[in-house]
Amino acid sequence: MKRVVAGVLSAAILAFGTQTMAAEDKALPDFKWSFDGIFGQFDRPALQRGFQVYREVCSACHSLRLIAFRDLADLGYDVEQIKAFAAEATVVDGPDDEGEMFEREGRPSDRIPSPFPNAKAAAAANGGSTPPDLSLMAKARPHGPSYIRALLSDGYEDAPAGFEILEGQSYNAYFPGNRIAMAPPLGDDAVEYQDGTEASVDRMAADVAHFLMWTAEPKLEQRKQTGIKVVLFLLVLTGILYAIKRKVWADLH
Amino acid sequence: MSDFQTTNPVIKWIEYRLPVFSFLDHAVGTKYPTAKNLSYWWNFGSLAGLALVIMIVTGIFLAMQYTAHVDYAFDSVERIMRDVNYGWMLRYIHMNGGSFFFIVVYIHIFRGLYYGSYKAPRELLWMIGVVILLVMMATAFMGYVLPWGQMSFWGAKVITNLFSAIPLIGEDIVIWLWGGFSVDNPTLNRFFSLHYLLPFVLVGMVVIHIWALHQFGSNNPLGIETKGPQDSIPFHPYYTVKDLFGMGVFMIAFTAVVFFMPNAMGEAINYQEADPLVTPAHIVPEWYFLPYYAILRSVTFDIWFLSAKLIGVILMFASILILLVLPWLDRSPVRSSKFRPVHKQLFWIFVADCILLGWVGANPAEPPYLYIGQAGTAYYFAHFLIILPLLSVLERPRPLPNSISEPVLKGGGTAMGATAKPMEKA
Ligand code: HEC
Ligand code: HEM
Repeated sequence: MKRVVAGVLSAAILAFGTQTMAAEDKALPDFKWSFDGIFGQFDRPALQRGFQVYREVCSACHSLRLIAFRDLADLGYDVEQIKAFAAEATVVDGPDDEGEMFEREGRPSDRIPSPFPNAKAAAAANGGSTPPDLSLMAKARPHGPSYIRALLSDGYEDAPAGFEILEGQSYNAYFPGNRIAMAPPLGDDAVEYQDGTEASVDRMAADVAHFLMWTAEPKLEQRKQTGIKVVLFLLVLTGILYAIKRKVWADLH
Repeated sequence: MSDFQTTNPVIKWIEYRLPVFSFLDHAVGTKYPTAKNLSYWWNFGSLAGLALVIMIVTGIFLAMQYTAHVDYAFDSVERIMRDVNYGWMLRYIHMNGGSFFFIVVYIHIFRGLYYGSYKAPRELLWMIGVVILLVMMATAFMGYVLPWGQMSFWGAKVITNLFSAIPLIGEDIVIWLWGGFSVDNPTLNRFFSLHYLLPFVLVGMVVIHIWALHQFGSNNPLGIETKGPQDSIPFHPYYTVKDLFGMGVFMIAFTAVVFFMPNAMGEAINYQEADPLVTPAHIVPEWYFLPYYAILRSVTFDIWFLSAKLIGVILMFASILILLVLPWLDRSPVRSSKFRPVHKQLFWIFVADCILLGWVGANPAEPPYLYIGQAGTAYYFAHFLIILPLLSVLERPRPLPNSISEPVLKGGGTAMGATAKPMEKA
């Protein structure tokens, strides 16, 4: 009897664990990330490379509207570098004293500007599909970082025979439904990495996915460091409480 | 006058004017005798109280930064996550606190089912608990809408739409609930208002729950009443320290999830802002609603003038409301499953059925899940409506011990056969 119940339970738990993956026909590779695990941290060089990929490739279509230039200090850039990034952007501000809107150079406190004025314009420029904002993408998909990396690299393959792909679509093994309106954005050496790393498609995909995990969860490191202290404290406290409990109950047993 | 003894002049001064210390002493202190044999399953009541406090405290601080407007709600939550000092911590505590609240309360309820805590004279205590569960569910449902993600919006849409199944006035009720012709800004505003209000209603109901509890005290693993001072111990310090230890264990598990895997129990798609024009591929509620969701979707046939949808809705609500009449469905005079060999087995099958329904709820409503869900739903109701009433008559319980201290003194319920009475009138 107990064994039957245990069997049903473990089957149910197994099924719970795997059901999110059932939709895609190609299993997502289980990539390792430096931010995995309770001691996991971001890898600064990877973050900077990932930001470079975003800036030089993805930013043509995708916004990153929750991130301000000054947030990039987290990636290890200094004030001057951040000012330089911001200065490259043109920002609409205003109204001024005459009531007119005007354009000015970006400042560190500005959000990273979006490539299109609105979703309609973005869709119009991309054959009817809006490129989604990427700020939270790494948390908005199951196994986000691995999904993004796989999607951008070996996800693009030849469609199986008989699988119809429309104009403006590409076949992608990991995208739900397999028809994606984003042409493969990365090719070898699409960027020239400032730190000299070889810019293979897989390297760039991994770096930009790493960077997008940071944009989605910028407090990840603070969270894990705090967590270790909190849990250690609670372990000690609970140990003491257990000892007191034993002592109080001693005369009853 | 109060029977509270103290030498501290300040306490004396206060006690004379406001007898709060003797009140506490009677409520959770030395004047509240409690069965001496409570197991760790009895910790979950105080844990539920802790969870409620955690939710209210974090919720109030979140509400200081949250904006209940369809254009700003999602961004205001992201601002909490990014720019508010320790906002990420508040939000993750509140988000996972909901899940842990349900884990604790579900264990608390199944504890009651196993040990027959719903039986006389604790029927009202049990029924207040069922109402607490319902209010909790309403609170959690509306809270989940607040961050205004894709699943917030579509979950709200699907669940509020259920009321349209009510004949004749259903459509009007839904428009009334929404405050418009779709889930929109008025809906978000009223959900925020109610989400703020209901937890305080819960506090009031918890007070009544505990009031009713104190009338007869806790049930216990043996399911027999305390027969005198040798069977009970003062609540303080014995159970205060045991509850505190339990809270420590709970907090370890809770904080481990909050700090190391805060999104494990959530739906990824809720990190995408609500879009009324894009329906997600799978609309699923939070895990703690999955069994009810499976029951709701298991009905695929109309009966006479009742639409499948309406029957589904009725069954979904009935699956909880049936707990209200449980004390009258299970007529066995023996409370604890320790002495009910058949009930014990059927209890575990029932637990497995609930988990099975949860699994079905997480999957699309199509074969084979649909059929499994239908079987699971049928069994769920059969358990209450057929199995338990029959069992009350057919099962032969094992003999009960004379008193709590008897098996406790003899070191566990092994050698109690000799002095046991055949059955005790409950
Ligand atoms: C030419 C424009 C363009 C460029 C450049 C581009 N994308 Fe996209 N991307 C799109 C469009 C359009 C979609 C929407 C696809 C759809 O819905 O079918 C999209 C979708 C996505 C998605 C969402 C997939 C999902 O599950 O919904 C991700 C992630 C993504 N892009 C990442 C990137 C990254 C990272 C880069 C830079 C390396 C990049 N994109 C460069 C146009 C672009
Ligand atoms: C019974 C107690 C409560 C339960 C079960 C509960 C449950 C929830 C849930 C499930 C969410 C969605 C979390 C998410 O996915 O982001 C939420 C959000 C929220 N709750 Fe509560 N809550 C409770 C009490 C309160 C109280 C007392 C308040 C304050 C007044 C409050 C304020 C909020 C706010 C402002 C949000 C939106 C911010 C966010 O989504 O993180 N809650 N609640």
